[in-house]
Amino acid sequence: MSDLLKTTNLNLSFGSIVVADNIDFSLKEGERLAVIGQNGAGKTTFINICTGLIRPDSGNIYFADEDITKKSARAIVKMGMVRSFQLPQVYSEHTVRECIELSLAARDNKTSLFKSLSSCVDQKEVYEVLTSIQLLDRSDVLAGSLPEGHKKLLDIAMALVLRPRLLIMDEPTSGVSSQEKHEIMRILMGVLDKYKVTSIFVEHDIDIVSQYATRVAAWISGAIAADGAPDMVLNDPVIQEQVLGQSFSRTEPNMNTVKLVKGVS
Amino acid sequence: MKGIIATIILLTGSVVTAFLLPHLKTPIILALSYGLAALGISVLMRAGQVSFGHAMYVCLAAYSVAFIAKAYPGIDGLVLIVCGVAISTIAGAIIGIFVSKYREIFFGMLNLAISMVLFAVIGKYYNITGGSDGMMISRPSFIGFELERDGFETLLLITTTVSILLVTYFIERFFNSPAGKFLCAIKTNETRLEYIGVSARFVFWKGYVISSSLCGLAGAIFALVQGLVTPEMGYWLKSGELVFISLLGGVAHSFGAIIGAMAFEFLKMYAAILMTDYWHMILGSTLILIIYFAPGGISGWLKNKKYI
Amino acid sequence: MNSGILTLALLDGVSYAGMLFIVSLGLTFIFGVTNILNVAHGSLYACGGYATASIGLWLMGNDGGIINSIFSIIAGTLLVGVIVGLILEYLLRFFEKKPPILQLIITFAFFMILEDVQRLIWGTSPYFVSTIVGEMGNVEVLGVFYTNYQLIVLPGAAVIIYFILNWFLKHSLLGKKIVAVTHNKEVAVGMGVDAKKIKKITFIIGGLLGAFGGALASPTTSMVPGISADIIVLSFAVVATAGLGQVTGALIAALIIGIFRSLSIYLYPELEVVIPYVIMGTVLLFKPQGLFTVEKARRI
Repeated sequence: MSDLLKTTNLNLSFGSIVVADNIDFSLKEGERLAVIGQNGAGKTTFINICTGLIRPDSGNIYFADEDITKKSARAIVKMGMVRSFQLPQVYSEHTVRECIELSLAARDNKTSLFKSLSSCVDQKEVYEVLTSIQLLDRSDVLAGSLPEGHKKLLDIAMALVLRPRLLIMDEPTSGVSSQEKHEIMRILMGVLDKYKVTSIFVEHDIDIVSQYATRVAAWISGAIAADGAPDMVLNDPVIQEQVLGQSFSRTEPNMNTVKLVKGVS
Repeated sequence: MKGIIATIILLTGSVVTAFLLPHLKTPIILALSYGLAALGISVLMRAGQVSFGHAMYVCLAAYSVAFIAKAYPGIDGLVLIVCGVAISTIAGAIIGIFVSKYREIFFGMLNLAISMVLFAVIGKYYNITGGSDGMMISRPSFIGFELERDGFETLLLITTTVSILLVTYFIERFFNSPAGKFLCAIKTNETRLEYIGVSARFVFWKGYVISSSLCGLAGAIFALVQGLVTPEMGYWLKSGELVFISLLGGVAHSFGAIIGAMAFEFLKMYAAILMTDYWHMILGSTLILIIYFAPGGISGWLKNKKYI
Repeated sequence: MNSGILTLALLDGVSYAGMLFIVSLGLTFIFGVTNILNVAHGSLYACGGYATASIGLWLMGNDGGIINSIFSIIAGTLLVGVIVGLILEYLLRFFEKKPPILQLIITFAFFMILEDVQRLIWGTSPYFVSTIVGEMGNVEVLGVFYTNYQLIVLPGAAVIIYFILNWFLKHSLLGKKIVAVTHNKEVAVGMGVDAKKIKKITFIIGGLLGAFGGALASPTTSMVPGISADIIVLSFAVVATAGLGQVTGALIAALIIGIFRSLSIYLYPELEVVIPYVIMGTVLLFKPQGLFTVEKARRI
């Protein structure tokens, strides 16, 4: 079977800092890959490159055998590679329901100027989604006023309802209390299985990685240091020392901001 | 729904006032058309963007009306309005292709720059445009009626009122539609919009075209009421006034722009009598006070109180 | 076109660019440090020009010498730059938490207020004091007679200011603090930089540059109502072409726009107003962040 996502000789550096060091990577349909690595190892950058937010200095990215290196984030989404964010990206002045409805409208290309949004989308589906992320009772609250954990779920749901072939999640469980982490992953994986979505998720919690991933890739200084079955990678002495060391599973501080559209700053 | 009712009450009030106090008829039509233009600005403000050059679309439509009226004497007033709107909409669609890429400061200033170019061009080509003296428009027939000044104005007042009702209805529908909600999402999270596969630029372009046609409608009505168009209509100061009205009225509901324009026009009328020299100063100071004390404007306040 | 006109156009362009650079530098400097696009910068230019002309006229009663003219330029610059800059900075403090576009509207409102202030103080008739230009005499350049003032003073002032500002930002303690705040306000404050003070100084420097541009321009241009709007849009064109916050870029953009503008004055006068925007538009079409902005990598 051919690869769903593939990168060849991916390189990127900011000044003297190398954030992607000759990355050759491939992902098959149906895999559930956990990406691990310390802060600044280049995990988010790798996602940003794959999803068209940042252009690599050199190298190519293929999605479903098509070269997407120069494609826009939007075009890549339309092809079926969708992502969620480490810092949840919601429309803070829209209600929770509207956030979901907008994703559904985008998926089905509903762009009416006259018909109301709620009548453009299947309300049954909205209900199901809201129920599955347990935000039904808060559906008329402004998304910006949700607590961080709920925002996170909403963010993932906004990506998931697009029915992607590949969903990339940047730390889906960070900012969520440790009891809830497993609950969230269980719900998530259920939905992913149901719709046969291949997934990549960046994760710091070792329990979650070993429980839910079918494959693990460890990043060190912009390069993939180990890649393979969870048991193999997690027991690799180099990985244990350099990746799973004391700082592992600590919540990352966030200094990452978002600004896709240039010319504004 | 409450907002639409408020708009109907406001419009009825204006029409009644215009009939009771005939000397206020012209100012009321002017104020209402200003409201339409400010509504155009409000559409963009929903996306968090402010244009400092939208008076150019008012000006463009007004000059189109003047040129067409001159080239085809006997043409009907309603046709002139339609032509004015069409031309400013087309201009908005073309300019929009370029400016829809930019946000915030760049967007505001680029619009300002383009409007300055238009203003300068109209002023420079004296033999075609009449330079700073402007162009006169002789009173056309309206919907087939040949009317005296008073009857003509009454008909224009009714046309304006009806257009505002229709526009308010459609704009409110628009803001509930997917396209309108996408537009508002530009304000809060454009990145996410791109990542659900929506072109923020195209969404914004649509909003821009709508706003330019609203300004065009205002300009066309303006030209017919005044019977005179001047480059002043497209000066940056006019664009500033539109932003002012839009902020004063607030963007919570289309009603805001209309009542903002009313408040503005009458403030201006009396301020102009009392203290002509301080007009900009009053305007500037009020603007600062609004942003500080009532960032939601009139409609934001009404919405908070659940009146609309 | 004969070579005389070409020389004249180039000389005009360079001297205009000198003035334009100084004004634009103030605009881009304030933006770079505070992220505020100061629309009232145009008023600083106008007030600086008016004040210089007024002081010049007032002094002319005694003696019309170069010293008085220079004094009036310095006095006009300091008076306007410091006072208006500080008022603006104080006003903006109330709106620190608002989005940039609302802060821009605040400066726009301030600009409207200043329009009337100018009218109240100086009326609507043009102000023009060209004593210094006459006193400094003319010189022949490639067969064209040109004033020493425009040939030497305007471009010279621009170059000197360029070097002073660069030195100031790179080598003085205060300059380094300003750069630190520009790069990362939180870290700078954490390291003990007084961000409020830096902001105040930034507005004074920006204000001085705007007023100085007006003061330098006043002997060659008449100050009339409406000039502030022309200048703010023109200097925005320079700043946007260069890339917001770019000092060296602004110098080059001012030269490009200045020269093309004066060429059009001699060749196609009706295009004069359009040229700067055509240049800006073309640049932004291909480089939306301006010619000299280095794209910063941002993560999500």
